[in-house]
Amino acid sequence: MASDSVRPKKIRVLPGFKLTLGFTVFYLGLIVLIPLAAVFWKATSLTWPEFWRTVTMPTALASYRLTFGASFLAALVNAFFGLIVAWVLVRYEFFGKKIVDALVDLPFALPTAVAGITLASLYGQNGWIGQLLMPLGIKVANTQLGIFIALTFIGLPFIVRTVQPILEDLDPELEEAASSLGASRWQIFWRVILPMLTPALLTGFALAFARALGEYGSVIFIAGNKPMLTQITPVIIMQELDMFDYPKATAIAVVMLVVSFVLLLAINVLQWWTNRYNTTNLA
Amino acid sequence: MTPVATTFHTPHRVAHRHTTSEPPVVRRLLIGVALGFLSLFLFLPLVFVFTQAFAKGIGFYFHTLHDPMAWSAIKLTFTAAVIAVPLNCVFGVCAAWLIAKFDFRGKNILLTLIDLPFSVSPVIAGLIYVLVFGAQGWLGLYKNADNPKFPWLANWLLAHDFQIIFAGPGIVLATIFVTFPFVARELIPLMQAQGRSEEEAARVLGASGWQTFWRVTLPNIKWGLLYGVILCNARAMGEFGAVAVVSGRIRGQTNTIPLHIEALYDDYNFTGAFAVASLLAFLALITLGLKTWVEHNAAQNAIEAGP
Repeated sequence: MASDSVRPKKIRVLPGFKLTLGFTVFYLGLIVLIPLAAVFWKATSLTWPEFWRTVTMPTALASYRLTFGASFLAALVNAFFGLIVAWVLVRYEFFGKKIVDALVDLPFALPTAVAGITLASLYGQNGWIGQLLMPLGIKVANTQLGIFIALTFIGLPFIVRTVQPILEDLDPELEEAASSLGASRWQIFWRVILPMLTPALLTGFALAFARALGEYGSVIFIAGNKPMLTQITPVIIMQELDMFDYPKATAIAVVMLVVSFVLLLAINVLQWWTNRYNTTNLA
Repeated sequence: MTPVATTFHTPHRVAHRHTTSEPPVVRRLLIGVALGFLSLFLFLPLVFVFTQAFAKGIGFYFHTLHDPMAWSAIKLTFTAAVIAVPLNCVFGVCAAWLIAKFDFRGKNILLTLIDLPFSVSPVIAGLIYVLVFGAQGWLGLYKNADNPKFPWLANWLLAHDFQIIFAGPGIVLATIFVTFPFVARELIPLMQAQGRSEEEAARVLGASGWQTFWRVTLPNIKWGLLYGVILCNARAMGEFGAVAVVSGRIRGQTNTIPLHIEALYDDYNFTGAFAVASLLAFLALITLGLKTWVEHNAAQNAIEAGP
């Protein structure tokens, strides 16, 4: 009780509060906040009907559907395979495991343009994989399937890296208890392990999805960028910029930014949930 | 977790082995699926980059890299990284110190805002600087306004007519933006976990603020800091979308390595594009190697420091 009333007057032992607060806020404002505000400022140069017409033009609508759909599917596929990869890396021993573990982060480290031309060539008509798929009648390059593959590539590490630490910290006694009570291995996974991994899985899914929505470099080479068919939303912004139509580009950017901010909020809530879950497990 | 509990469970271990692990068939199947998925999406593309890069022989490879356009792109990329990485490094240490060592209102909002650049599409990251510094942006419109509010500022801008967009400074700014959170994000959880007691002890024993930072904090965070710098640098050198918007893609002048790759690819010089791309792929491999090494060292340190 007494300490509560004293708290506001508490002397800070460590120095540098004003300096670090000042610099952090200054740098954040200068590099991030003020330039981001410019987007909303520029968007006001359009009237409301103009803005609405721009963001709902047919090519834009088609691009939202494509970007959302492909990102969602890619994140879903990554959630499934990412869980298996994390599981295998944590629980099993096999030859070359350390190298495999290190290479999972490749999509983070490999520049998007490199990933883009590589996937485009690999899945192109004469590429290693494209050649094999041709006789089966499957076309990947310049189709929506290609976009899905590029987005799967860039989202791959997110699920693995969010699930892996949780899986490592899982208390083996819980599984032992379940097993001694007669649960089968599958029941233990489904009823004991999976519920504990769910927050991490959802966080990883949301991170991969958010990253895929804004992705540009790795997609444009394999997509072919045909209007209404294989044009993702960042490509629409790029096109308007190339025609120096800044208000239009900005209007679409506003839509993307709002979606990103909502997702960021959701991810923060999910991460808080993951951490809470994790600490209650450890306690 | 306690030793007592472990010894209590030991006699049952053998019996439980079967029920707390999967049968060998399932195990092999899962390893197979995981490796198959990773081979298709990671190993194959990586091998492909290097085989394509040398498809026309080693002579062509070095010819491509010796091209003046390639050299100018390499120089510009290094310049941007050399400016962006230290700035974000200083910011990261500052922000981590602020968030880990002090309690204040609005901390969570600040944390979210620091992460903001990660959730912004690279194309928009470029666009925002065009809207601030471009001809149709804030500064451009202000400079050319008939009755500017601060005539001295408009005059100064006109007198020092330096270009930011479609020039080097814009590329540097876009690079700073996309790599903004990397160092801060590595350091904040690390410094939060380490707490304040060591620094407070140093202060009470008479060390100055800087001494405390250099002698107590920095040795504790060096591996995390190094890790953040490595990731920051990899992204800085490889950024494509944001830089593409602000660069104007003038060959030999405002092309960075990724933009040069795109230019070669668009010219149907695929082997050339992959030759340059192999430089960045190599950088990515070095990054992954360093990352593994840093993680290994950090883990080693944690074991030594532990009780």
